[in-house]
Amino acid sequence: MKYTVDESGFYGNFGGAYIPEMLYPNVEELRLNYLAITEQKSFNEEFQHLLREFVGRPTPLYFAQRLSERYQAHIYLKREDLCHTGAHKINNTIGQILLAKALGKSKIIAETGAGQHGVATATVCALMGLDCTVYMGKLDMERQKPNVERMRILGARVVPATSGNQTLKDATNEAMRHWINNPTDTHYIIGSVVGPHPYPDMVARFQSVISQEIKIQLIDQTGNPTPDYVVACVGGGSNAMGAFYHFLQDDHVQLIGVEAAGHGVDSGESAATTALGKPGILHGSKTLLMQTQDGQVIEPYSISAGLDYPGIGPIHAHLFETERASFINITDEEAMQAGIMLSRTEGIIPAIETAHAIAALDKLQFDKDDVVVLNLSGRGDKDLETYIRWGKY
Amino acid sequence: MKNRLTELFEKKKKDVLAVYYTAGYPSLDDTEVIGKTLVKAGTDIIEIGIPFSDPIADGPIIQASNKVALDNGMQVSLLLEQVKALRSQVSAPIVLMGYLNPVYQYGIHKFLIDAKAAGVDGLILPDLPAKEYEDNFKATCESLDLSVIFLLTPTTSLERRNKVDQLSTGFIYAVSASSTTGNSKSFDENQLHYFETLKTQKWRNPVLIGFGISNHETFSQACQYSAGAIVGSAFIKALEQSKDIKQTIQTFVKVLRGNL
Ligand SMILES: Cc1ncc(COP(=O)(O)O)c(C=O)c1O
Repeated sequence: MKYTVDESGFYGNFGGAYIPEMLYPNVEELRLNYLAITEQKSFNEEFQHLLREFVGRPTPLYFAQRLSERYQAHIYLKREDLCHTGAHKINNTIGQILLAKALGKSKIIAETGAGQHGVATATVCALMGLDCTVYMGKLDMERQKPNVERMRILGARVVPATSGNQTLKDATNEAMRHWINNPTDTHYIIGSVVGPHPYPDMVARFQSVISQEIKIQLIDQTGNPTPDYVVACVGGGSNAMGAFYHFLQDDHVQLIGVEAAGHGVDSGESAATTALGKPGILHGSKTLLMQTQDGQVIEPYSISAGLDYPGIGPIHAHLFETERASFINITDEEAMQAGIMLSRTEGIIPAIETAHAIAALDKLQFDKDDVVVLNLSGRGDKDLETYIRWGKY
Repeated sequence: MKNRLTELFEKKKKDVLAVYYTAGYPSLDDTEVIGKTLVKAGTDIIEIGIPFSDPIADGPIIQASNKVALDNGMQVSLLLEQVKALRSQVSAPIVLMGYLNPVYQYGIHKFLIDAKAAGVDGLILPDLPAKEYEDNFKATCESLDLSVIFLLTPTTSLERRNKVDQLSTGFIYAVSASSTTGNSKSFDENQLHYFETLKTQKWRNPVLIGFGISNHETFSQACQYSAGAIVGSAFIKALEQSKDIKQTIQTFVKVLRGNL
């Protein structure tokens, strides 16, 4: 299994656990326990039960007729937008909250960009009666206002991160600092396949339910479990990893990760990590990272708060380096137009993160018989203000 | 020539004072004058921070100094030049402290060689994992006689404490609390208990206590349990409020040592 994590927490040249000693006991506790706990029968039963009854899984794999006509291929939408709370993020938070409980933790912290992971964390904390603090960049609090209020209604404390560009990277810094200062009673629910080992592997496993379902649903609908393409947007890369997971070993399946180009890859305002990044170390792992020659992290930019991150998960860095997956990038403008296009073609208003994946359909060349699965990671309710401000509809 | 940390700890087993400051703060060219004045005022070890954009182990004060230093234009190559200039004027050990990524981009091997050539005696890289150290740093550091100092905290297990002692050369950095950098006014009972365990353990290396050393009381308390202490945030704060850096440093060190 050449795309899974190795003994020391690496995917090829990427991954690891580059953490200060202050975080070592917390991360080590997770590393030593996550597989044993998540492989328990009782854990799995509760996880599956909550995914089914609380999240609403399995999510449909919807054959998008009009979209298929438009792009001359068989396009299926994996409807993660129909998950409770409106995005795939909750698959992971359900898994991690059960893990946190098994480890006896009473407090939960999280970082969030678009607010979807924050809402998903606040939701599972309410469900389990655990204390919840979410760090969110101050800029993101402004551009994802409805999600801030959702978290507050759910009883979470939302703490603005005021350093840097006041976005996801800065929220992650603050969450890590909080964890350093509260090492014993607190679990940090990271929202993507980033962070020190074992987070990338753990989050990937929790999200892998997406591709597990896709396989079964494709057999039902086409008689064949393997598509020709799987397309997903990549911020940290959790929805993409979930959609790729069970196809990693099948070289026939083309895996396409879609990053945010912001105002354009060469504009200086971008978050297209595979295009602009070099190997580096941030938030506890070695991965591709947008940085200066001197190793300072470059502030990313994207209209989409969930893709506005200067790195990607180490597994994606590995998929990029080994060319197992291809990465393309989409500008703000292309994404917004694709969001409107999907709304009018299929009656689904996507999250702006997801709209980047949809825009990628324009950049790919399909054969008429190709089966394309597009992971519809989230819905656009949280983004109405951004759509309105953009205004071209 | 002998490693200056080794030399220092051969001669001095108590009340060792190490002071941290961020290179390029408050002004780009202050690195030299701060180091020189610190030594003159009675500092034993100069610990110079390599600024980083995302210092996750640091509290607000050191975060802010990192940002100012980067905005001032500090870079690793310039920092090493400044250290070289400082080295020609002081004989105290100089330790560089920083996050791994800037070192990694500079090139690990090149960094170690250039640091040694600039007169650096030791390195503290908080996010450097033991295995990465053993694979990519250890041989070069040993051949250059460059110390590498690892951290331990109140939650570090006994087994790992021993490993930290095995890996470290020069001294061990005992973090006073489970926290980011920043100053507390005093130590609580749990911390004193932890210090007691540090004192009773048999170490290969001398131990310095850092984080939360902010005044004479905390400095002398820490010194009762260890070879000395490291001051960071409190010093940066003093610099931040200073109108006359030299005067501020003289007074700061005196107060800390209880000579005022
Ligand atoms: C709907 C949606 N899709 C995608 C992402 C990006 O995260 P990831 O790349 O981890 O899936 C986010 C993050 O907030 C999101 O809300």
